[in-house]
Amino acid sequence: MQFIKDYEMVCGLEVHVELKTATKIFCSCPTTFGAAPNTQCCPICTGMPGTLPVLNRQVVDYAIKAGLATHCEIAHYSKEDRKNYFYPDLPKAYQISQYDLPLCEHGYLEIESEKGPKKIGITRIHIEEDAGKLVHDDTHGTMIDCNRCGVPLIEIVSEPDIRTAEEAVAYVKKLRAIIMYTGVSDCKMNEGSLRCDVNLSVRKKGEEKFGTRTEMKNINSFVFIQKAIEYEYKRQVEAIEAGETIVQETRRYDANANKTFSMRKKEDANDYRYFPDPDLPPIIMTDAAIKALGDSIPQLPDSRKAEYVEKYGLSAHDAEMLINNKSIADYFEAAAKQTAYPKLLANMMISELFAILPQDSDEVEIPIDGAHLAAIATMAGDGTINSSTAKKLLRQIYENDADPVQIVKDNDLAQISDPEILGKYVEEAIAADPKSVAAFKAGKASAAKAIMGKIMSKTGGKGNPVKINELLDAALAKL
Amino acid sequence: MNDILKLTVTELSDKLAAKELSSAEVTEAYLGRISEKEDSIGAYLTVCADEAKKQAAEVDAKRASGEALSALAGIPVGIKDNMCTRGLRTTCASKMLENFIPPYDATVVEKLNALGTVTLGKLNMDEFAMGSTTENSYFKKTHNPRNTDYVPGGSSGGSAAAVAADEAPFSLGSDTGGSIRQPAAFCGVVGMKPTYGSVSRYGLVAFASSLDQIGPVTKNVRDNAVILNAIAGHDAHDATSVDREYGDYTALLDMGVNGMKIGIPDEFFGEGINEEVKNAVLSAAKVYEKLGATLVPVSMKTISHALPAYYVISSAEASSNLARFDGVRYGYRSEKYEDIVDLYKNSRSEGFGAEVKRRIMLGTFALSSGYYDAYYKKALQVRTLVMNDFSKIFETCDFILSPVAPTTAYKLGEKTASPLEMYMGDIYTVPVNIAGIPSLSLPCGTDSKGLPIGMQLIGKAFDEATLYRAGNAYETETGCYHLSKEVK
Repeated sequence: MQFIKDYEMVCGLEVHVELKTATKIFCSCPTTFGAAPNTQCCPICTGMPGTLPVLNRQVVDYAIKAGLATHCEIAHYSKEDRKNYFYPDLPKAYQISQYDLPLCEHGYLEIESEKGPKKIGITRIHIEEDAGKLVHDDTHGTMIDCNRCGVPLIEIVSEPDIRTAEEAVAYVKKLRAIIMYTGVSDCKMNEGSLRCDVNLSVRKKGEEKFGTRTEMKNINSFVFIQKAIEYEYKRQVEAIEAGETIVQETRRYDANANKTFSMRKKEDANDYRYFPDPDLPPIIMTDAAIKALGDSIPQLPDSRKAEYVEKYGLSAHDAEMLINNKSIADYFEAAAKQTAYPKLLANMMISELFAILPQDSDEVEIPIDGAHLAAIATMAGDGTINSSTAKKLLRQIYENDADPVQIVKDNDLAQISDPEILGKYVEEAIAADPKSVAAFKAGKASAAKAIMGKIMSKTGGKGNPVKINELLDAALAKL
Repeated sequence: MNDILKLTVTELSDKLAAKELSSAEVTEAYLGRISEKEDSIGAYLTVCADEAKKQAAEVDAKRASGEALSALAGIPVGIKDNMCTRGLRTTCASKMLENFIPPYDATVVEKLNALGTVTLGKLNMDEFAMGSTTENSYFKKTHNPRNTDYVPGGSSGGSAAAVAADEAPFSLGSDTGGSIRQPAAFCGVVGMKPTYGSVSRYGLVAFASSLDQIGPVTKNVRDNAVILNAIAGHDAHDATSVDREYGDYTALLDMGVNGMKIGIPDEFFGEGINEEVKNAVLSAAKVYEKLGATLVPVSMKTISHALPAYYVISSAEASSNLARFDGVRYGYRSEKYEDIVDLYKNSRSEGFGAEVKRRIMLGTFALSSGYYDAYYKKALQVRTLVMNDFSKIFETCDFILSPVAPTTAYKLGEKTASPLEMYMGDIYTVPVNIAGIPSLSLPCGTDSKGLPIGMQLIGKAFDEATLYRAGNAYETETGCYHLSKEVK
């Protein structure tokens, strides 16, 4: 991102993640997404008079797993509190959340920043219930869908350690990866099962005091996180430069306009009157129970990343790109077993495949058999085909998956490395292009590249570029 | 007819089992009594005569076919109108819920239904259980059956009046700061506030979640133990319900009090107490002494702090519990609104009565940012001190004997102008709720105006059986107050 003068950005994120429990946090209604309105609710989650919440213990287990996976300390004594405010999507007029004694605290996760690995602190992770949804309709007005009422959430609050929009995106990507690896959430941004609030302030570099922060709520894609942060940083700096003061407020990011708008000022903010929910006893966790949860966590992204760096010689940055999505990492690992050139495979995935895979989508499905991609890597690695053929093959089977070995055979795409054949192409090309030869002799090195290009196209793109280069250099030197 | 109304639950149960009486006969007797007395008493908000007759007929049919039935099968009951009854209007005596029909049954209601009791109707109360006279009902006043110029007490005034007027053989009430015990005392019947967590609160419209507890109101002590047996027990729908063995509350009933130690706390007989009340309770103590118990003078220094702590805690919790009545999904909605904030404000302003609004404001203030530590947190600390005081007393005593209220029943309208004076009337009952322990309220005499005087036996957590034992010993010795009175 672009910085203005010596203004630094200070940013922290609050991420809400819906947990993948079968039932809601305080009743036994299902949590399935997308059901017809008000078909997944009961007297409890619709806040009928006299009903009481009973905590779903799986929610606690899942939250603790997320906490352990992000190096948090787990509370042995924790409690639930009521956050009181009126809104039509909140049937009890209070949300059961956690105030001063969250389940998890003092964690961190590591991202790859421009300056190398960087730790982003995690202040706390707490459990809470989701609210319902308001549906606006011209004929009926505003209607309430209570299906989402009581769906379990964890809120993950980061330290204000983030300094660029890219770091923010890397943080959310990494957090999402870790949570998906633990299996406690699908983290589907398009279904709202991962939602992000951004707290942002600016200050002059070297200053210790934080500037006044604004909060942007519910940003639900990586692209929007990046853009919203860039916009808000610029807006704050320009305001300060113009002599204005930043006011603490909640702002809404409008993706269409790529702007943020003031929603409510701090003085209008609710006094939530938090107090311990008298309907719910404290949550007590023993060391043994915490350890058992830790033992049940599968291999996490950072462990895979270290493995890729060591085993396949990948850079930390490349390894990070592969591990951030579990299904991609699984795909890579399976394919890597089928080729002697796993690093080439990784490069192909990162530079070619990722360019054509849909961006910002929740579920990535690679439409290529892993064995086929591995075969391309093998052929490129052992010289059977050249790199441009490899790229073409990848794009071809991405559209229509088939065995690339067969395609090479059927279409005679094997790389031409025979010096006799290539020598002939070189002689012909030099003879046909005296202009470039003259330019080369006059000291213009790039002229050789033009000749090279012509030779490659004569070979139908199949020539071995290294060999051609050698032959061309030798031939030109003789002239 | 009058003979049926004179029978206790235990006696009814025997006669029904022996087929000397049918449930239809018993139900008819009570429905008849209700239509006869309701104009002067006003205990019920809803009477469901047809449903009751149907339920009674079903029980009789089952009995005729030889089906094994519970001891309570076919026995009528009245239920305080803050316990949800599926398909049956549950108003909390509030305009806010005037037309609210719950989609589910409270656990206690479900339990009674499963045992085959016959629901006569829903009983009047102070709005959302806030009050001590039942005058805060949006719908009507309930009159004390012993003298209809007087209040029946509250908030379970309907529950106590119905039993006292023989409009129900027993009823369910709820007690947050004395709401079962004080009306039982004012009306001369027996009421139990059980240990917090022993009767499920699921389906009881919450006033103050950490204090509310459902309990029985009955003619005598034995019945009370029988009914508590029916409604107590762990409930997976209430996370504050205690998962433990609940013994038989009638087990110790006939064991007498010989050798028991009874704590008499000085502070419960101090300034502000009516002399007649004081003397009646101390006379009861003498009865216990005569029966072989020892009186132990004890001290309860925190009593003066318990009342303010109670009003902070209960109002704070109420402010949150009653927030859901916002006019959006159910209940009263104002016709005057332009936007959602208007809808909230007007629905709540018009739907709640003065006392409810007073407590909501008090509680909202106590929880507000900057005041939390000074009020709510401090009140929770007082709660610990009160518990400690009780624990200390129970190290040497089996139970505590005290008055239920400083006075006998007030005249209708006498206290409505002075909420603070009314709050003072809760001074002896609230420490029990604060500590979460059980207390049995039973009559111990009559004042010069002919109004009943009540005493309470306060016990250790989950030690209701001891209270019933001591209560029954007194009642056996002196006679059952209610049954000794003429049914007018």
